[in-house]
Amino acid sequence: MMIAGFNLFSSTLFAQKADSSKRDNDTVKTHTLKEVAVRAGRISSRNTSATPLQMLKGAELEKLNSLSVADAIRFFSGVQLKDYGGIGGLKTINVRSLGANHVAVFYDGIEFGNAQNGQVDLGKFSLDNIDEIDLYNAQKSNIFQPAKGFASGSAIYLMAKQPHFEPGTNANGKVSLKAGGMGLVNPSLLLNYKLGDSIYSSLSAELTHANGKYKFRYTNGVYDTTAIRQNGDISAQRVELGLFGKMQDSCKWAVKGYLYNSERGLPRAAVSNRFESDQRQRDRNIFVQSTYNKTFDTRYSLMLSAKYSNDYTSYLDPETTTTRGLLNDKYYEHELYFSAANKYSINSFWDISLAADYQWNKLNATENDSAKYRFVSPRRHTILTVAATDLHFKHFNLQANILGTFVKDNVDTLVAAGKKTAYTPALLFSWQPTDNPDLRIRGFYKSIFRLPTFNDLYYTFIGNSLLRPEYTKQFDVGFTYNKTLHQHTLVYFAVQADAYYNQVRDKIVAIPGQDLERWIMFNLGKVHIKGLEINGQATWQVATSVFINTGISYTHQKAVDVTDPTEPDVYNQQIPYTPVNSGSVLIGAEWKKLSFNYSYIYIGERYDLGAHIPANYVKPFYTHDAGFTYTTNYNKHKLKGTIEINNVLNQYNDVVTNFPLPGRNYRFTISSTF
Amino acid sequence: MKNIIYKIICLLSGCFILASCRKADVPIPTKTNHVTTADPTSKVKGFYVLNEGNMNMNRASLDFMDYTTGNYNLNIYNQINPDVTKGLGDVGNDIGIYGSKIYVVVNVSNKVEILNARTGKRISLITIANCRYVTFHNGKAYVSAYLGTVGDPKAPNGAVNEIDTATLQITRKVTVGRQPEEMAIVGEKLYVANSGGYSPPNYERTVSVIDLASFTELKRIDVAINLDRLKADKYGDIYVTSRGDYYNIPSKLFVIDTKTDQVKKTFDFGVSNLWIDDDIAYMYNFEFNYNTGKNTTNYIMLNVKDETVMNSKFITDGTDAQIKVPYGIAVNPVTKEVLVTDAKNYLTPGTLYSFSPGGKKEWSVTAGDIPAHFAFAY
Repeated sequence: MMIAGFNLFSSTLFAQKADSSKRDNDTVKTHTLKEVAVRAGRISSRNTSATPLQMLKGAELEKLNSLSVADAIRFFSGVQLKDYGGIGGLKTINVRSLGANHVAVFYDGIEFGNAQNGQVDLGKFSLDNIDEIDLYNAQKSNIFQPAKGFASGSAIYLMAKQPHFEPGTNANGKVSLKAGGMGLVNPSLLLNYKLGDSIYSSLSAELTHANGKYKFRYTNGVYDTTAIRQNGDISAQRVELGLFGKMQDSCKWAVKGYLYNSERGLPRAAVSNRFESDQRQRDRNIFVQSTYNKTFDTRYSLMLSAKYSNDYTSYLDPETTTTRGLLNDKYYEHELYFSAANKYSINSFWDISLAADYQWNKLNATENDSAKYRFVSPRRHTILTVAATDLHFKHFNLQANILGTFVKDNVDTLVAAGKKTAYTPALLFSWQPTDNPDLRIRGFYKSIFRLPTFNDLYYTFIGNSLLRPEYTKQFDVGFTYNKTLHQHTLVYFAVQADAYYNQVRDKIVAIPGQDLERWIMFNLGKVHIKGLEINGQATWQVATSVFINTGISYTHQKAVDVTDPTEPDVYNQQIPYTPVNSGSVLIGAEWKKLSFNYSYIYIGERYDLGAHIPANYVKPFYTHDAGFTYTTNYNKHKLKGTIEINNVLNQYNDVVTNFPLPGRNYRFTISSTF
Repeated sequence: MKNIIYKIICLLSGCFILASCRKADVPIPTKTNHVTTADPTSKVKGFYVLNEGNMNMNRASLDFMDYTTGNYNLNIYNQINPDVTKGLGDVGNDIGIYGSKIYVVVNVSNKVEILNARTGKRISLITIANCRYVTFHNGKAYVSAYLGTVGDPKAPNGAVNEIDTATLQITRKVTVGRQPEEMAIVGEKLYVANSGGYSPPNYERTVSVIDLASFTELKRIDVAINLDRLKADKYGDIYVTSRGDYYNIPSKLFVIDTKTDQVKKTFDFGVSNLWIDDDIAYMYNFEFNYNTGKNTTNYIMLNVKDETVMNSKFITDGTDAQIKVPYGIAVNPVTKEVLVTDAKNYLTPGTLYSFSPGGKKEWSVTAGDIPAHFAFAY
């Protein structure tokens, strides 16, 4: 079962869901050109979405040399990953230079949020249980979704594997063990059980243990220092329990419980004379979420969603001794969320929808188990309502929506941020200019903002409760073209290209207060972003049983700081950490029981601070990864073994200055279904 | 199969072409700007500027203004010491010249770099965790550090380390208050400002007095919370700043008489940084008000002989309106030119201004990130 609502998407757009790489493994041997052509020729939602969509799913996703969702997202265009290195290092993404806080992450249809700092660590999401990753610029091109789905600059949808049973069976599963560099040991278990004709259950559990030690190297051509990264160890456990129901009356429901617990070292910036720290972090994320989906007749559909989450984070800094001992900050965050989305089909070409979400967040903090100095325990009530319309003709699809956001904060003492009300629109279109469905033109306009986070507003010394939301405007126009060729060698190819222009105003930036440790948040930044993204996928058949899938992505982006014309060092200069050119290449080849996967990522030269001077220059980053997989059947079990070589050329890089990434490393995976 | 291999090779070679356009690794170059007329006979040869650099960026840097050539040499450390792994380090917090050596205190890098004052070449390195400021007396350098012992939950106090300037070894260490900042020496006594910044609102409110002969703490003088800057004048007085609590308790300036070791005067205005030259203290205050959400800046001159605020200003031509975040201040002891730095938004290279004794801008130059601390070379 897909996420509630996804299935109900207008059927012409939804007939696909098949990706060129998706195939049942037992048919690998018997592929014929014709079958490939049929499979590849089905139109992918990549090609019909009015907003640019990039996806990795199924077998294609499985074959990537990736441990976490963050590793996989690197292959998308327009994305910058901030990676602090190693297995436990923080990994966040920034899409089209809007900033990490403008990316919403949805797990099985419901947002995985963070009211404290607004950023989700994608390194926490193991790929073990993920079937599909979608990245939409602006929003999912579908009016029937919770209001949250309309409320961010871009959205990542992570979809967990759904239980699937062969006729006559009621249980199946998979065990897997990954091991490799940095002392990684990562066993996992997936167990699906059919509780009844219409109720399925799924259990997914995983342990991740790593010592986090890896070699890194810094040189300026004269000094040449290699060291071993310390304090990057991690021990994490994840358990997920899912229940899925499908009733006779077309109603569907799903309940998911999630527990993630980790204890890890926090490696510090490797600076002169000091490469390591002793800081530790503990996390515990618990949530329960549920979706309910029903189509009452052919015209009216309802989707209900709810979630409760409880997050705990603790930081220990043994290098700071207070009068109450070594500094130990603890944060407790609670979230409650409800959503109701309604869609009504007025006629065969016109749908409208109304959705309303309510969210409640609360953050508490302690320092060494006492009240944290001047911490105000903020609570936030957010109401999101959206009205949307979708006109879909044979050659033309137009979607429009207006989102109302109503926010109120309460704090214990001091001044709470004022009430905020905002109305923001989006307009999306997709047009097939000729009778040939292979070519489509698309585009969108969206205005949206991100709210100041609790840290921005209330963090002791740094917070500024006078902050306003940070607004973005996005304009995009592009085309998608896909072609199935009934010929040998090149079987299928697809291209998506988009040009975009974004503006960020009232950007929330930290500016100096009294001294280096006291920054204050202000609405000061202004950024203009012009970009071009091209993505291509192709399937090749180079011999009867040899298939090659290739994917390529390229981004050209000028993101310039236009805040202050009196600062010539930074005015109109590319913003920090943003390359002008970046791209990736994916090549997957299959031959009988063997498959080979190669990937390459390139991030062009960039500067780590605003001024484009030699001291701030960061060399281009690139990495080659390769993997070999052998799949075989043994007594109804599908056995699989994979060897991955990451950073094949052993190139030492930082993505975030002074947070070194590992050199060449290996990973081995064995798995078996049952 | 040949066909596949051929295709793969083609694709891979495409990637390698992209990969080949990386520049070779080289030490960060020095940049020289001619900023003023050369004065080959200048009594003060020039001055070093220590740029703090942002925390975790490892971008502390050293510049040298050469009066004899009129040239400002930006980022000299990396060219002179290219063999030092990752260079000068993270957050340069203080610099001083004593005898023929420069002492650079690099806070987050936990080190004091000792350089040849004439060439800038590194002589030695002393590791001191969380070191803050340096001062000198009688063949010894004294370095304050936020914690005397790191990692002991029962040891929140800071320390002052004594370094023998001949052997460049730590000889003695004395525990003082929590998170000590700047120091000054009057007679045979060292005064250090304790901040207590790790435990707000439980700040320290004292100046520790150290007897240099026995290297023990004689007493603590009660002043005000969260002390920071501390400078001595030539009349036996100590000027010490209190940062307040940033919310309700305002920052202030205090004068301690070292004959009585008591506060003898309080000024009801804040001072972020000061430099005392002869009879005049040159000061500025840069302060954020959490209630109005605004920063304010004041420039002040004070006569230290009779402890009175002067009517004159050291910037008189309106240049102060261009200075976003004043950060460093120094006065040329011979020409009385006033040097002021602007740290701007901390993330872009700052600017160094030189003002005539009459307060007119003579020249300005782009420095490193957060230009902050000065040392004059003779």
